[in-house]
Amino acid sequence: MGSHEMLTIQGLGVSFDGFKAVDDLNFIVDRNELRVVIGPNGAGKTTLLDLICGKTKSTEGTIMFKTMDLTQMKEHAIVRAGVGRKFQTPSIYENLTVSENLEVSFPRGRTAFGALFFRRTQDVTERVKSVAEEVLLSDKLDQQAALLSHGQKQWLEIGMLLMQDPELLMLDEPVAGMTVNEREQTAELLNRISKNRSVIVIEHDMEFVRKIAHKVTVLHQGKVIAEGSMDKVTADPRVIEVYLGH
Amino acid sequence: MNLLTKKISKNDLIGVIVLAAIILVLFPAVFSIFRLNLIGKYLTYAFVGVSLVLLWGNGGILSLGQGVFFGLGGYCMAMFLKLEASDPISTKIQTTPGIPDFMDWNQITRLPLFWMPFKSLTFTILAIILVPAFFSFIIGVAMFKRRVGGVYFAIITQAVALILSVLIVGQQGLTGGINGITDLKTMHGWDIRSDSAKYILYYVNGALLIGCVILTRWVLSTKFGMLLLALREKEDRVRFSGYDVANFKTLAFCLSAVMCAIGGAMFTLQVGFMSPSFVGITPSIEMVIYTAVGGRMSVIGAVFGTLLVNFAKTFFSEQYPDLWLFLMGGTFIGVVMLFPDGLAGLYERYGKPFVARVASKKKSEPTVAVAAALESGGKHG
Repeated sequence: MGSHEMLTIQGLGVSFDGFKAVDDLNFIVDRNELRVVIGPNGAGKTTLLDLICGKTKSTEGTIMFKTMDLTQMKEHAIVRAGVGRKFQTPSIYENLTVSENLEVSFPRGRTAFGALFFRRTQDVTERVKSVAEEVLLSDKLDQQAALLSHGQKQWLEIGMLLMQDPELLMLDEPVAGMTVNEREQTAELLNRISKNRSVIVIEHDMEFVRKIAHKVTVLHQGKVIAEGSMDKVTADPRVIEVYLGH
Repeated sequence: MNLLTKKISKNDLIGVIVLAAIILVLFPAVFSIFRLNLIGKYLTYAFVGVSLVLLWGNGGILSLGQGVFFGLGGYCMAMFLKLEASDPISTKIQTTPGIPDFMDWNQITRLPLFWMPFKSLTFTILAIILVPAFFSFIIGVAMFKRRVGGVYFAIITQAVALILSVLIVGQQGLTGGINGITDLKTMHGWDIRSDSAKYILYYVNGALLIGCVILTRWVLSTKFGMLLLALREKEDRVRFSGYDVANFKTLAFCLSAVMCAIGGAMFTLQVGFMSPSFVGITPSIEMVIYTAVGGRMSVIGAVFGTLLVNFAKTFFSEQYPDLWLFLMGGTFIGVVMLFPDGLAGLYERYGKPFVARVASKKKSEPTVAVAAALESGGKHG
């Protein structure tokens, strides 16, 4: 295994009551790569992210993150190893303010007692500020998260992940429900934050995919049916057959 | 920006001071020792109310078995007091002098092993804290590591309450059975039944309660408290932010259990007995109602909620002995329907704006006077 690979998945499979949601999947993501995973509904895209972050336990295969096998690790340990995951619907703490949301995600004081004696030092405040700036929420720091627009909630969740500075960031449909303008800004944001980390994005909006993807993987019925550049993938007859339509 | 100082704000500080003044100054000044002792008893329930604000209001973990920990604390204290009350001289008419009377009635001839260490006050005080902490830790780990939560957790805590009360009733010879542990007299020779002792215990109880209120406010103001709120809302998000959620819930559960136990121990001291009727399902649920009435998010609200419910209970049962249960039920339904956020919610909506208005008026009056003085001064000049 070369050192430029961030994530190497081999022979991964999971079945729910006999239904194989992901089946003998092989998938490699390089360092500093932004990969987009597309595919029709039920192709196993979200399940793939669930398997990587430990939400779902695989029945076969390995998920190597650098040198660690994630299939053997607990969810919180996977996060601490450097894997961040954004959920499909914005998953933020609506009853906290924007800055509290970010601060809670700061990777210190992660044990129960550690959290009790956690101090907000200068570096925390600065990190909250810089991340808020990154995700375009600088002027909303003291606002309650429930009052943000849908798009801003998506950004906030991305910001919460950035607080942890993960090496692998996984985003499940980050622009769903966003306005055209917000999509533009999100594309810029993703291009910015993928500079020094690997990113996996699940997305349906092909125009958006074109803007951000380095490489595209197409899933169908739990298997990879095509992989490569956007142009190569969209020209693939099988992809047109199962996903893009004629 | 600085959340810690923001959260323990002026308002909170004023709230705690008002609470302390009411408990430590107003009540002793107004009420006779009989009533004061009664209030002291209610205030021991307030420990449970406060513990539920931490666990249920903020953490979203509903425990319907807080009576278990109240009882554990109470029984630890009762065992110590009972041993002291059962010296060989005052129990000389028993078949086996020197052991608690109920053991003698149950043909037990030797003090059971687990009673032995309760001859020491130091051990007893440690046990009041450590026994409930230990039990809540075991329950917490067993439940939360398996991701048992919500209604299922509530039902299991209720089962635990039932099990413990059945166990206490069943093991009459070891626990005093349904009657509980009664006839408690002295603590290290100090008669806890005298009026002066009742006064002192009332103040100790009040101070401990205010200590628990401040402790809970502090816990809620830390990152731990923020995470509890976050957990209540989006447990998965917390888990996938790198936190072992079960540990957080377990610590909150242990903290709440210890608070309940302190309340239980103070109950035994002030009321002079402990019985399984404070351990089972009914008292555990009643204690949740105190918190609901007070407002489940408000630590101070929980204390007032407990007092209000118990005042109402005493008033109704003295005035309308036949009707009081119906009146209590009606009050609960009314509160839940009309003020879902409890007393604290009422204060937030009506009390706070009023206080703010009064405060701003007071502030503006001097400025007006100064302005007028300046103006007149200017004219003369």
